[in-house]
Amino acid sequence: MKSELILPNGKISQINGQCISLIGDDIDTDRIIPARFLKCVNFDSLGDSVFEDDRKTLKGRHPFDLEENKNATILIVNSNFGCGSSREHAPQALMRWGIRAIIGESFADIFYSNCIAIGIPCFTLQKNLIQKIQKYRDKFLFLEIDLNDSSAKSKDLNLNLEIKESSKKMFLSGNWDATSTLLENENLIKNKFNDLPYLKFNT
Amino acid sequence: MSQETLFDKVWDLHKVSSLPGGSDQIFIGLHLIHEVTSPQAFGALKDKNLNVKFPSRTVATVDHIVPTDNQSRPFKDNLAEKMISTLEKNCIEHKIKFFNIGSGYQGIVHVVAPELGLTQPGMTIACGDSHTSTHGAFGSIAFGIGTSQVRDVLATQTIAMNKLKVRQIWCENQLSNGVYAKDLVLHIINKLGVKAGVGFAYEFAGPAIDSLSMEERMTICNMSIEGGARCGYINPDEKTFDYLKNKLCSPKNEHWDKALTWWKSLKSNENSIYDDVIKLDASKVEPTVTWGITPGQSISINQQIPHLEDLSPNDKLVAEEAYEYMSFKPGKSIKDTPVDVCFIGSCTNGRISDLRVAAKILKDKKVSKDIKAFVVPGSEKVANEAKNEGLDQIFKDSGFQWREPGCSMCLAMNSDKLIGNQVSASSSNRNFKGRQGSPSGRTLLMSPAMVAAAAINGKVSDVREFIN
Repeated sequence: MKSELILPNGKISQINGQCISLIGDDIDTDRIIPARFLKCVNFDSLGDSVFEDDRKTLKGRHPFDLEENKNATILIVNSNFGCGSSREHAPQALMRWGIRAIIGESFADIFYSNCIAIGIPCFTLQKNLIQKIQKYRDKFLFLEIDLNDSSAKSKDLNLNLEIKESSKKMFLSGNWDATSTLLENENLIKNKFNDLPYLKFNT
Repeated sequence: MSQETLFDKVWDLHKVSSLPGGSDQIFIGLHLIHEVTSPQAFGALKDKNLNVKFPSRTVATVDHIVPTDNQSRPFKDNLAEKMISTLEKNCIEHKIKFFNIGSGYQGIVHVVAPELGLTQPGMTIACGDSHTSTHGAFGSIAFGIGTSQVRDVLATQTIAMNKLKVRQIWCENQLSNGVYAKDLVLHIINKLGVKAGVGFAYEFAGPAIDSLSMEERMTICNMSIEGGARCGYINPDEKTFDYLKNKLCSPKNEHWDKALTWWKSLKSNENSIYDDVIKLDASKVEPTVTWGITPGQSISINQQIPHLEDLSPNDKLVAEEAYEYMSFKPGKSIKDTPVDVCFIGSCTNGRISDLRVAAKILKDKKVSKDIKAFVVPGSEKVANEAKNEGLDQIFKDSGFQWREPGCSMCLAMNSDKLIGNQVSASSSNRNFKGRQGSPSGRTLLMSPAMVAAAAINGKVSDVREFIN
């Protein structure tokens, strides 16, 4: 857990940081943050509990417990990461631990939207390249991610990441916190409310 | 790209605007909230100085954290008490209808909304819970959202979302005796995989689906998300309309006729185009049980746990993890696996028809010695109906504990938890590591009938031996 917590804010175009690899397919949100930690009315204290049960099982050998990873900000994962429960507590816990971007083979739909909504870009990359990063020879891998061209560079890697165009636009414009964008169409929303057939016969 | 499916029609009807980069602003016709994923959303509204835009389109109940043994207030668990009282306060402040404990209507949100007739064809329905896909059984487009999106729905009644592709899953023929909707959906997830549905809405169709009751259809749609599909639905038909007729919140009098005409216009038809179509034979499905740590790791009751070499390369990593976590050996039969705890309940299988099926098997039988067995009705309405039919007594006589409604040991946010590496036979939806409250607890998913059979024998059993 980092001492100074600065959460994502405004336009996001560059994310530079150290990678942390977590190997495994279908890592679900119950594992990212077990349900007992959902008994809270805010997200503030979730960072310490990320992967709590997996970490306890591995007795200090979990990537999130290794000293060398304590300043990592870019999480590298395999396929279907974040499947299962819709709990936003999962990306919130990762974010509050220090994660600022995730690169993976694939993501579960709801987890992906939750990440976008809190300012954590999720990028996809082919399996072989993910594995290459996960087996990187040095202890530390630093990547410079540029949202403008979806690239990630290190001193000896040059990766073309993929991200949904809609998500990319939201980060570059700073409108990833969607509420204000949605409220711009207030009149259209009211029209829709007045026009929907079933809202007339459910009075 | 799909065209003229029910999904396309409902999506287009609810589209408010196109957003930069290709996502859409979608109006949410019905918003359901509960105590776990809403408090932070209300907090965010306050921070932004915003109000709930259309309070009449949000309905609340309490389910995840409620104790199911003693529901008197204040709850023994201070945190649980804080969560329910926060929801009570938020609902009063924002004039949101709340079905609280003791109202006669409280229960698991995905059991409550359909049984009250809140869930209707053609609606968009969102809730901060992944099993919102359940409501698709009525031909609504329903999906789980996170807390930031709960905030967006409260503040704007809309969310930003990319349109999903549509895959039709055509289920040919009929399920055989002793095989249930749960078996069918576990089979589908096994065949397609737990991530095949990412980016898709699943349309379940075909003769086997047509024959299912509304409650069985809810079981199918409920578990779409376990196959990766955020949304699953079934085209509405006469069964849907019969189910909705005279429900507390369904359209009445002249509105009913208008509703019916409109609902009938929504179905996918011969002009519908799908992004993908999968066909499978429902008559081949057998009672199905999970052996691993994802809902896709399942086998028929008479099969053996697969060997690594029999699995596709993409499934091997998780299979190895599952063998280790479950301490099950490949090649071992799942039948006769000893179980410690038997749980009947959840938004997947906690409805009255589920309780009827299980009670029929348990009648005049006893739960095996040393098994902890308990049944948690999905709602107060289900509990009352079961009591009127005498089902509670059948459960109690057999040795099952009869509980109050809630989510309970599906996700173990109350005091119902596995202990150590206990094995549970569970009618719920997720067998993830640690899901049922113990970091080393092991969950075997199966139909409620199969849970009843396991409770009697103390081990995984073929329910067909009890009914033939």
